[in-house]
Amino acid sequence: MANDGVDMGRRRFLTATTAVVGGAGIAMAAIPFIKSWQPSARAKTAGAPVEADISKLELGQMVMFEWRGQPIWIIRRTQAQLDVLSSLDPQLKDPKSEVTEQQPAFAKNEYRSEKPELFVVVGICTHLGCAPKLHAELKPEPFDPEWKGGFFCPCHKSRFDMAGRVYDGVPAPTNLVVPPYYFIDDNHIMIGEMKGAA
Amino acid sequence: MTDTGMHTMQRLFSGFLLGLALAVAPAAMAATEGALPASNANLADTGSLQNGAKIFFNYCSGCHSLGLMRYSRIAEDLQLSEDQVMQNLNFTGANFGERIPASMNPVDGKAWFGAPPPDLSLIARAKGVDYVYNYLKSFYLDSSRPIGWNNTVFPNASMPNALWELQGVQTARFTPAQGENPEVFEGFDLHQAGSLKPKEFDEVARDVANFLQYAAEPAAMQRKSIGIWVILFLAVFTLVAYFLKQEYWKDVH
Amino acid sequence: MANRLTQAVTGMQEWFNERAPSFLPVYRKHMTEYYAPKNFNIWYIFGVLSMVVLVNQIVTGIFLTMFFKPSAAEAFASVEYIMRDVEWGWLIRYMHSTGASAFFLVVYIHMFRGVMYGSYKKPRELVWLLGMLIYLVLMAEAFMGYVLPWGQMSFWGAKVIISLFGAVPYIGGALTEWIMGDYLPSDATLNRFFALHVIALPLVLLLLVVLHIFALHEVGSNNPDGVEIKKGPKGNRWSDKAPADGIPFHPYFTVKDIFYTGCFLLICAFIIFFEPTVGGLFLEHDNFIEANRLVTPAHIKPTWYYTPFYAMLRVIPNKLAGVLTMFSAILVLFFLPWLDRGKVKSWRYRGVGFRVGLFVLGICFVWLGKIGSGPGTDPVETIIGRFLTAAYFGFFIYLWVYTAFGFEKTKPVPERVTGHD
Repeated sequence: MANDGVDMGRRRFLTATTAVVGGAGIAMAAIPFIKSWQPSARAKTAGAPVEADISKLELGQMVMFEWRGQPIWIIRRTQAQLDVLSSLDPQLKDPKSEVTEQQPAFAKNEYRSEKPELFVVVGICTHLGCAPKLHAELKPEPFDPEWKGGFFCPCHKSRFDMAGRVYDGVPAPTNLVVPPYYFIDDNHIMIGEMKGAA
Repeated sequence: MTDTGMHTMQRLFSGFLLGLALAVAPAAMAATEGALPASNANLADTGSLQNGAKIFFNYCSGCHSLGLMRYSRIAEDLQLSEDQVMQNLNFTGANFGERIPASMNPVDGKAWFGAPPPDLSLIARAKGVDYVYNYLKSFYLDSSRPIGWNNTVFPNASMPNALWELQGVQTARFTPAQGENPEVFEGFDLHQAGSLKPKEFDEVARDVANFLQYAAEPAAMQRKSIGIWVILFLAVFTLVAYFLKQEYWKDVH
Repeated sequence: MANRLTQAVTGMQEWFNERAPSFLPVYRKHMTEYYAPKNFNIWYIFGVLSMVVLVNQIVTGIFLTMFFKPSAAEAFASVEYIMRDVEWGWLIRYMHSTGASAFFLVVYIHMFRGVMYGSYKKPRELVWLLGMLIYLVLMAEAFMGYVLPWGQMSFWGAKVIISLFGAVPYIGGALTEWIMGDYLPSDATLNRFFALHVIALPLVLLLLVVLHIFALHEVGSNNPDGVEIKKGPKGNRWSDKAPADGIPFHPYFTVKDIFYTGCFLLICAFIIFFEPTVGGLFLEHDNFIEANRLVTPAHIKPTWYYTPFYAMLRVIPNKLAGVLTMFSAILVLFFLPWLDRGKVKSWRYRGVGFRVGLFVLGICFVWLGKIGSGPGTDPVETIIGRFLTAAYFGFFIYLWVYTAFGFEKTKPVPERVTGHD
């Protein structure tokens, strides 16, 4: 009835074109709204890289800094702590740091750090976000009579070695996160930024 | 007149009325802008903005904060590097991403000027860019004022001429008050020349006004260029929609 | 492939209809089987445009609430935070602020259209009343929204408008304190206006809009000829029972409205991207200064859409009388369907007296708007304002006299609608 002399092809084409152009318009109009949820300039300033002064950090000690609301631990590991790391490989889930999101490329090594003795790590358990405790000494602990030093999470008993590598058979799925950082000089580390990123 | 003719007339007339209402009402109601000479500030002139920023930070930011602006945003919008901003514009020791404070302690400002000098982030939107331009040019010596300066654009302002080294020192000529008529401003005399020629100083005032205009609405740097694309897109959409409408309305007799 | 798709769509429709059998008839009633007069002209797009703006206000408004801080200490800075620190925040805010003015622009034209073509007359009185309620709620909604940025105009505008309630005899003072929750517009005022602006009034507004449309679709749309198409001959190419001069809203008016929406968005985009303050008309200069309860701006005025009523308030030298006049100017519009006794709807066929009267009313309204947005210091302007106020109210008395006592000489109304765009 309504089709006398009507070019249905043209009608369908125009309907489709209007729908596609209009749909594209709505999609493009949605972008600003979606992007408005990104960290704002204020949040970015608050989350800017943090300069850490480690000149007073002694052998075997740990200092804590805060970056983007996360605790960042810097530990000056002893030679004894470093020596034992390779022997632990068979007991670990990811001894070679194969999960690339857990550390910058420069830390994909045995010590998971740029300089072997200086370990920079985000102090948050990869299981459910608790703060693991540092048990640095190589001595029997209640949770492991053959403890070789590392981190123990009191929440769900996850264990990590002195390079933040997770043990097999604990709930945490991955190694502790190593944040991006670089050495400004021997005593200063910029946390939160790779060298040359600025 | 035929029926169709009458109809067309009526449609024309009602369309005319609608157009008139749309066009005239806002124009008629728009506030009349002050008749200050135009600053010719231009946000597209990056050189002018950079110079304005330089003058602002060297001569104004001692007392006035720019509390809604971040150093990092200025670097981004004015095509300056982080180092350029931190070394040439940042005299407060604030971080690159932080907002711009005044170098001076506000408590001192209150003690010295009676009130802390205002933040200038939005001054160009509140008063207009031409106001800022003319204000900067209109300081003159006035011994009756506590600080020795007055201003014809903002009479009895409690601010000295921060740019006097550049502009020189002006005095103002007034025709004296006669009976009920108050005194009338006639013009300025350059009492003592500054380091710049009057023409050059006008450009400095324009650049500072331009920079403050930018600071009042940094989004203005992008919105026009985005707007062109939005309008082009909408024009295409409307055109397609017009063809679609014409196609369907072939059914209606 | 195309067949499969059609099958899938039909399947889904069937699945849906089985479970919600009353939905499809609702869609048909308001879209494909709503027969609207084919002779709608450009004046008839503003209803749809106001819906477009309403959606815009809701979407942008929701996003603004995500960044805005409804406290006197933080509100002003949080608006500038949106303008500077939030990605695309400036666009969202300008869409909202431009939308507010655009809303009133299209609603005023929509209302004027209603008077031109007698759309408030029987059987559409209810549609008109619901529309007037929408307008009232919209005024309150816009006023409270304007307070939120907590600039000088927000603060002093709030102070002046709330003070109007102080004119109420006996309880005025207590009433203004109750509205503000303080002795001046303050944190408490801002906080409650925020709640009303973002949730309470929008809910009322949405309900009223739905009722307005349902009420309209019960009786059917009027048209530029003021001819009742339902009373005319039946049968068109879509249905035997439908009015001969009606065409299905969908697709015919959908495609027409899409086209005009495109035109409208072009104008809005131009404002948003090139002149968002419209020279201080949509966003006032003084509102870029944070609220200061000790310093009154030299020139307080409401946003342009209130200025005709504000002018009436200001030209009348008595506070109570001024307030009453102002509210009466809105109230009198509610009674329009009963004041106008003329039998002919459209001004095309009405007496010259009606056309002239309406023209004068329009001029009074715009001129009062201009006076209301000025400084209000010119005594001549005040006299003109009083005269215009009298003329505004005079129109309604005149209209009643003109139509109730047979002064109006109408032209013959055609049997059927006359052509279309």
